[in-house]
Amino acid sequence: MNSENIISSDGPLSAVQQRMLRRVLQAMIPPSEVHQVPGADDPTIVAAILMAGAQQLPLLTPALDALHTYIETSNDSAGQDRAAESQDLAVEWFREQHPEIAGLLMALTIQCYYRDDRVMASLDMEPRPPFPQGYEVSDGDWSLLDPVRARGPIYRPTNNS
Amino acid sequence: MVESRVDKQADEQVDVLIIGAGASGAAAAWNLAETKMRIVCLEQGEWMNPSDYPSTTRDFEARSFGEFSISPNNRGRITDYPINDDHSPIKIANFNGVGGGTILYAGHYPRFHPSDFRVRSLDGVADDWPIDYETLAPFYDQDDQITGVSGLVGDPAYPAHPPKNSLMPPLPLGRAGETVARGFNARGWHWWPSDSAIATQPYEGRDRCINLGACLSGCAQGAKASTDITYWPAAIRAGVELRTRCRVSAVTVDDNDRATGAIYFDADGVRQHIRAEVVVLAMNGVGTPRILLNSTSQRFPNGLANSSGLVGRNLMFHPYASISGVFEEAQDGYRGPIDCLWSQEFYETRDEHDFLRGYTFEMTRGRGAVMTALGGMASGRIPWGAAHHDAYRALHNRITGMVAICEDLPEAHNTVTLDPHLKDSDGVPSPRIDYTLSENSRNMLDHAVARATDVLRAAGAVDVLSESPLAVGGWHLMGTARMGTDPETSVVNEWGRSHDVKNLFIVDGSVFVTSAGVNPTRTISALALYITDSMKQRLANLFD
Ligand SMILES: Cc1cc2nc3c(=O)[nH]c(=O)nc-3n(C[C@H](O)[C@H](O)[C@H](O)COP(=O)(O)OP(=O)(O)OC[C@H]3O[C@@H](n4cnc5c(N)ncnc54)[C@H](O)[C@@H]3O)c2cc1C
Repeated sequence: MNSENIISSDGPLSAVQQRMLRRVLQAMIPPSEVHQVPGADDPTIVAAILMAGAQQLPLLTPALDALHTYIETSNDSAGQDRAAESQDLAVEWFREQHPEIAGLLMALTIQCYYRDDRVMASLDMEPRPPFPQGYEVSDGDWSLLDPVRARGPIYRPTNNS
Repeated sequence: MVESRVDKQADEQVDVLIIGAGASGAAAAWNLAETKMRIVCLEQGEWMNPSDYPSTTRDFEARSFGEFSISPNNRGRITDYPINDDHSPIKIANFNGVGGGTILYAGHYPRFHPSDFRVRSLDGVADDWPIDYETLAPFYDQDDQITGVSGLVGDPAYPAHPPKNSLMPPLPLGRAGETVARGFNARGWHWWPSDSAIATQPYEGRDRCINLGACLSGCAQGAKASTDITYWPAAIRAGVELRTRCRVSAVTVDDNDRATGAIYFDADGVRQHIRAEVVVLAMNGVGTPRILLNSTSQRFPNGLANSSGLVGRNLMFHPYASISGVFEEAQDGYRGPIDCLWSQEFYETRDEHDFLRGYTFEMTRGRGAVMTALGGMASGRIPWGAAHHDAYRALHNRITGMVAICEDLPEAHNTVTLDPHLKDSDGVPSPRIDYTLSENSRNMLDHAVARATDVLRAAGAVDVLSESPLAVGGWHLMGTARMGTDPETSVVNEWGRSHDVKNLFIVDGSVFVTSAGVNPTRTISALALYITDSMKQRLANLFD
């Protein structure tokens, strides 16, 4: 699947909205070379977010438009994009002004980011659903029960027991 | 009257009508099947297909927020009914389908203690049950067989007699269980491997648990005993007919105060009436009072079986606190069932406490990757930005802990009523929940958070996260049609029959007199078996 195409040509967001979305996602989870993981603005992950959040898009788009307007109006008279210089400021504004949308976007992003093959691999997780292989869990050290046994009964007697 | 609204000629007639195919409806159907009466169960939901359960797909955690959400309001399936729980700090969790709540339950499967049936005698609060532990013991045993319970014999928190056997070895402790057990041992407090409705060996055609870690969104492996794969196949083989997508709106009555059957909407939304000699309600502690309150008539203007005025009152949840520790060493994380061990150190009333009764700690083994990130970001432990990754990794597979299941005392002002505006897709009024947390519960929750924090710190936790009360935790629904010998202070008698309507029985959690400090389903199933056994014993004079 070429997710870049889905977003840019057939996507439900305008080019500006896409740019704003990526900007927020990049600020939320940037890529990491140390951990060898993509950022949340990675095209495959963005495509998954848009698919998972298809129903919520009408809530999202006005907030992305507002972010764009904020950035535009933050340009000073010399035409410098101060907000772009300081991405965090714009995204901080977005989170403060649209906390519910930011929360929604965070939930959607997390749901998609942490099932990405590359992210799972970096966490030593096999990129597969739990079923049918399942997982191993060690039986554990049952001698830990010895002191509980040694203490004896703790139940509360009634007339009948 | 309700009765006059239906065309009697066209109606189908059965001997026993059971409404609701969850935990209690399944047990009741199975137990009544041997009578060879014509038994029909109407269930608003559908059969589940385990291969559709979220754990079969990569997005399994995401799906547990949508179509498999524990909240009917979030899930919003056509088979769900909306619930107005805006007036409760604890929100309703359920599942509507064959198996009911057991489709999503964790399968943590404790019994009540003998003392739980004697709360007034022992502690001077609430009421004693009209039955005792010994009365239920054989039915607990019977349920254990059908359900297939794993655990370890010899728990010092339960009396040795009558014995509580275990049919399968306990679930694995794992790393997380060892960690938490060490914490309890360090404090010198009780813990024991949990009784669990999860097979640890092949059991009656079900395979053993393979640690999918997704118990709360349906068990694709079939190791968890949801009643669609335990009681129901046996009941159907024995001749019970289970009809899905049939939503009951009211129980009908005649002029002699006898239930005559029920009105329901079929899958096409067509209104039907089914006639029955005996009606058994098994729609849970919210669904049952809802339908009773909606069954008004000249004789029963305040709802059916409600001469006491107690239908829908005394709603009990178990207020939950969730307390988790963050450890430097890896725990089980996303692997393994939630169930592992319990502690009943603080189960009983003590002079030094500022609350009466007590609670169980139920260990909650770990979290999946998505839940870890969501919880971490919501609590501010995982930031946005470059620090996200290290902060996430400090939590990944490193969280384990417990919930406290606090005994909720019955209070008449905690209610299920009919919402004046909200309706389900068939136009049946929805329930409205009004619930406030009592001071007793608040004190108990605070105590539980402090003690669990002690345990987790003693086990080596470097950080402790807690939520109290757990807002999403309205999964135990009890007390809204309580059992008792006095018709003025109870809705059903000591064997589940309505005081007012002599051929109407209630077998679900509505009949609980008190809630105990343990998960309720093993007791709900045992009660359903006990009540239907009482019916079988009295078949000749059931309505006297
Ligand atoms: C997320 C979650 C976790 C849980 N974990 C545990 C646990 O670990 N241990 C434990 O003991 N319990 C647990 N529970 C609770 C357990 O599921 C319930 O106690 C149990 O299922 C209640 O049984 P019941 O027969 O009273 O009702 P239910 O199982 O809720 O069944 C009621 C049935 O009636 C049907 N119904 C309702 N109204 C109508 C109508 N008008 N017409 C037709 N059908 C109707 C519903 O669709 C439903 O299928 C959990 C529940 C949830 C949701």
